[in-house]
Amino acid sequence: MTDLTLEGIELRKQDTGPPAIDVRKLTKRYGDLAAVDGVDFSVAQGEVFAFLGPNGAGKSTTIKMLCTLAHPTSGGARVAGFDVVSRAKAVRRHIGLVFQEQTLDDQLTAEENLRFHAVLYGVPHDQVGPRITRVMDLVALSDRRKDLVSTYSGGMARRLEIARGMLHTPKVLFLDEPTIGLDPQTRALMWEDVLRLRDEEGVTIFLTTHYMDEAEFADRIAIIDHGSIIALDSPSALKASVGKDTVALETTDDTTALDSLLSAGYTAERTEGGLTVFVADEEAAVGPIVAAVGVPVRTVRAHRPTLDDVFLHFTGREIREQHGEAIPMMARAHGARRS
Amino acid sequence: MTTLSGAQPTTGVDTPDTLLSDEIRVAGMVWERELIRYTRNRTRIVSGLMQPVLFLFVLGYGMSGLVGTTGGFNFRQFVFPGVVAMSVVMTAIFSAISIVWDREFGFLREMLVAPVSRTALVLGKTAGGASVAAVQGTIMLVLAPLVGVHLTPLLVVEVIGLELLMAVAMTAFGVFVASRIQRMEAFQVVMQMLLMPMLFLSGALFPLNGLPAWLAVITRINPLTYAVDPLRRVVFAAQNMSPAARARFPTGITMFGHTLPITVELALVVVFALAFFVLAIWGLSRTE
Repeated sequence: MTDLTLEGIELRKQDTGPPAIDVRKLTKRYGDLAAVDGVDFSVAQGEVFAFLGPNGAGKSTTIKMLCTLAHPTSGGARVAGFDVVSRAKAVRRHIGLVFQEQTLDDQLTAEENLRFHAVLYGVPHDQVGPRITRVMDLVALSDRRKDLVSTYSGGMARRLEIARGMLHTPKVLFLDEPTIGLDPQTRALMWEDVLRLRDEEGVTIFLTTHYMDEAEFADRIAIIDHGSIIALDSPSALKASVGKDTVALETTDDTTALDSLLSAGYTAERTEGGLTVFVADEEAAVGPIVAAVGVPVRTVRAHRPTLDDVFLHFTGREIREQHGEAIPMMARAHGARRS
Repeated sequence: MTTLSGAQPTTGVDTPDTLLSDEIRVAGMVWERELIRYTRNRTRIVSGLMQPVLFLFVLGYGMSGLVGTTGGFNFRQFVFPGVVAMSVVMTAIFSAISIVWDREFGFLREMLVAPVSRTALVLGKTAGGASVAAVQGTIMLVLAPLVGVHLTPLLVVEVIGLELLMAVAMTAFGVFVASRIQRMEAFQVVMQMLLMPMLFLSGALFPLNGLPAWLAVITRINPLTYAVDPLRRVVFAAQNMSPAARARFPTGITMFGHTLPITVELALVVVFALAFFVLAIWGLSRTE
């Protein structure tokens, strides 16, 4: 973990200036229940930061507090340099918000929706037109600018909402479950949009998701469960923390194959029904391994730890410590659902 | 392109939270949205005209036989200002109640999370609903010659002014009611339980003088009463009515044996409008 933590620090060093989001001991209680329990983290400017967790883990409550839609019970946060409690209005002016539910007026055209938003957020008159052109270009919807939103597909509407969230040049763009209900192609398209926004507009992106594959796009991921952050690192570091890449082989003669591999310098072992080779990068290793075994190969299966494994690893352990053995199966079911 | 917002220091840039000019601009935009939605929805314009037209012609001709003609003046002429008022009120309430739709379709959230005051939103919504309602009421004036109501340029100006005042009060009232309604199903109930009684008890369809005491009291509590009567007064003032017709189709609201002057009626409408406006802001502040 040491070298990987260093990677995280380097990432933050690249950027100058204060963090875009700075959270200290942020807590939200509903009666006895701590929905968010003393959460600490900070997000650098220009970073894509994902909050990953099951439903009810505290993702939405955290995002609501950061967007000033809910008051913290204790602790605090600064977003775009402003305190979320004492400077709520300033915070709202400097953030973009995309909710889980659609919040467009479908009886207006895309352009009219954007113009409405520009006025709500005080975009100066002379910048409204150019900004609308710019954000519509960013999400590749320029040719549908004059169309009623009621004629848009779900995916287009969501991308329009992201464009709208960027319209007033926010410092931080919050996306709450942005790809919920979208098909895989549209999700991919939306992610292209989001990463382009970060690259071209330098905006910091904070998103919540329970799609594992989606969190891969983030620079860093915080895994949240029961209101607490249980892991926080880059996707590759998180994956490395649960194990190495592996290549599993079945050959016509496993004993000969194992000898060949060991003498070729690979770390390998006999497993049930075959061999497992431990490698640094499974994709690059498959070819050389097959060449090195020297006997006909029946099957090859390359596996890299996924965020599913990571999630299971962290939430499973956490839950097992507290509640015994029954609950990890639920975590497994949840983790498996999206894979 | 890489040195945009991300590279700038994010602290220390401290602008005032609210500028009056921004708030007015927001109210203007909310107003514009109401107008865009109104002009885009042709069926709403037509259906909004249907009910008043039914009342004017069907009820108008039906009742004329019963009421008869006095000095060349009949029930259709009497009911015309009431029907115009009805058209204004229904459009105003319908505009305001669209907040319930906005809540259902999420757009209300887009407005409520923006860094603007509720006052600006309610102001824009009220101005928008009132404009649309006044337009709808003014379209009704086209029917005036068909029922024998004589129009003068001055009368048209007076009617539009009164329509606007009535529309502001009723839109603010509607925004207040809508802000407290969470679900669309409740909308029909509200329409039945509030709007129809208010219209029927406002003097729009029959004179309010000479009613049984209990009914008279209810009509005097109804804010709409004080908005309908001025409209009928200015319309009747522009007609060539004989004294017999004036006696047969009276205007004015009596209270404790006195007829209220038109200025008092208008002042009451202004007070109601302001009260509803404040309530509407309060109602909307309690959401989200």
